[in-house]
Amino acid sequence: MSGLLEISALEVAYGSSQVLFGLDLAMAEGEAATLLGRNGMGKTTTLRALCGLQPVKAGRIRFAGEDIVGWRPDRIGRAGIALVPEGRQCFPNLTVDEHLLAFFANRRSVAEAWTPARVYELFPRLAERRKNLGNQLSGGEQQMLAIGRALVTNPRLLILDEATEGLAPLVREEIWGCLGRLRAAGQSILVVDKYVEKLIGLADRHTVIERGQVVWRGSSAELDADHGIWHRYLGI
Amino acid sequence: MTQLILEQALNGLQFGLMLFLLAAGLTLVFGIMDCINLAHGSLYMVGAYFVAAAAQAADSFWIGLGVGVAGAAVLGLLLELTLFRQLYRRDHLSQVLATFALILIANEAVRVIWGPAPLLLNPPEALAGPVELPLFGETFFYPAYRLLIIGVGLAVAGLLYLLVAKSRVGMWVRAGASNREMTEALGINVRWLFTAVFVFGAALCALAGGLLGPLLAVQVGMGESVLILAFVVIIIGGIGSIRGALVGSLIVGTVDTLGRALLPTLLRATLPGDAAATLGPALASILIYLLMAGILFFKPQGLFPARA
Repeated sequence: MSGLLEISALEVAYGSSQVLFGLDLAMAEGEAATLLGRNGMGKTTTLRALCGLQPVKAGRIRFAGEDIVGWRPDRIGRAGIALVPEGRQCFPNLTVDEHLLAFFANRRSVAEAWTPARVYELFPRLAERRKNLGNQLSGGEQQMLAIGRALVTNPRLLILDEATEGLAPLVREEIWGCLGRLRAAGQSILVVDKYVEKLIGLADRHTVIERGQVVWRGSSAELDADHGIWHRYLGI
Repeated sequence: MTQLILEQALNGLQFGLMLFLLAAGLTLVFGIMDCINLAHGSLYMVGAYFVAAAAQAADSFWIGLGVGVAGAAVLGLLLELTLFRQLYRRDHLSQVLATFALILIANEAVRVIWGPAPLLLNPPEALAGPVELPLFGETFFYPAYRLLIIGVGLAVAGLLYLLVAKSRVGMWVRAGASNREMTEALGINVRWLFTAVFVFGAALCALAGGLLGPLLAVQVGMGESVLILAFVVIIIGGIGSIRGALVGSLIVGTVDTLGRALLPTLLRATLPGDAAATLGPALASILIYLLMAGILFFKPQGLFPARA
């Protein structure tokens, strides 16, 4: 296992209000990691900075051996980071088919690349709706589409921001099941979500942040053993 | 009467298709980059001058058209790289002020280079005369050159439709129009995509200017009147929608042309003479604005809104 992602001393500010104060996070290739914390603690900001969507004030982000701070979002995307954003953000004027066709790329020539066809195998429900526009889908279908759209870029790192938010319990289970299969296939995943029990089953390592700083990090077993962390930092 | 209606309907179609060439670029620049480009009409004017000047120099309409369109594309590229990239992030007021300044600069520059007199642009010799069209058992004459414009307009509209609706680049353009940030995060270089769209829009302007050159005068200020019509078209069609631009152009083109040709006659048949004489032309010239108000009343986002 080699270092895939290494964030060190990351600082991000919106104008004069600083959100991240020297955040550190590291991930190995093939690993599934989580970023936990209450709302407004800087999780989404961290992900946005990682994708180049938010300017970085100070600190370093190394991805696959390259310093990506200051890169434009499209270059980071082509380097292999794919975002499944909060709120899903499907395109209302593209069909399901087009979402998958438009962004399909296999830049690292992966042997078993994600193609639109394989995404339809993963989510048969999407196949039934291929001619529908992005805004004609249910919340769960939109989530599947957002994941599929990220997968067809064949990313080295898949980032999911609140992927199960606002979904019905059954659909949520389906998404968790899918993430488990991706993980088993060796996909590196960074997840932000609030269902800690599920994340313990899914991920290897967890990082808890509060007010823009890391306050705890450890393995799934450690997080499972210490429910005090849940109360103190996650409000559960 | 049939001859008149048919001729005016074809003129309306031809005018609508040329409007579409302008509106297509305008609606993409406005819809995707959220940038109001008042100087779009100036690209049309400068494009027409390029075509006319090149056609005179080469003594060939076709060479002139090719050179002029290419020249306008290069001008569009320079403008996008130097000016418009700075404007996308600004508010609409800055964009309006900057592109209005461009109109003044373009008009003055054209006056300095080519003088105040309109430039003459002759249609190709082979298309100078009328063609005979057998219709409803009658023979019907229509200028060959106008038929060519209709043909080119339809071909470009079809090509544009395929490009936007079927190609991957078209999907990126539509994705960029609805959510720029997400499109970039998925690895698409939206900045260069914008440049390409802008250059393409400039080339379409020059194509319209060059094709219309032999029918209208190539002169300073020709861009302003057509710019207003192009804005009406994209507002009716829905900003950012190519399909909306096509439908809007055909509606505005035919309504305006048929209105001006037939409304005075129609009114004379129903109203007393002097009332019809004053009302006819006045009503004809505001007809498309009434139409726009009516469409916006029922569909405030236009006929084919690009954003949900």
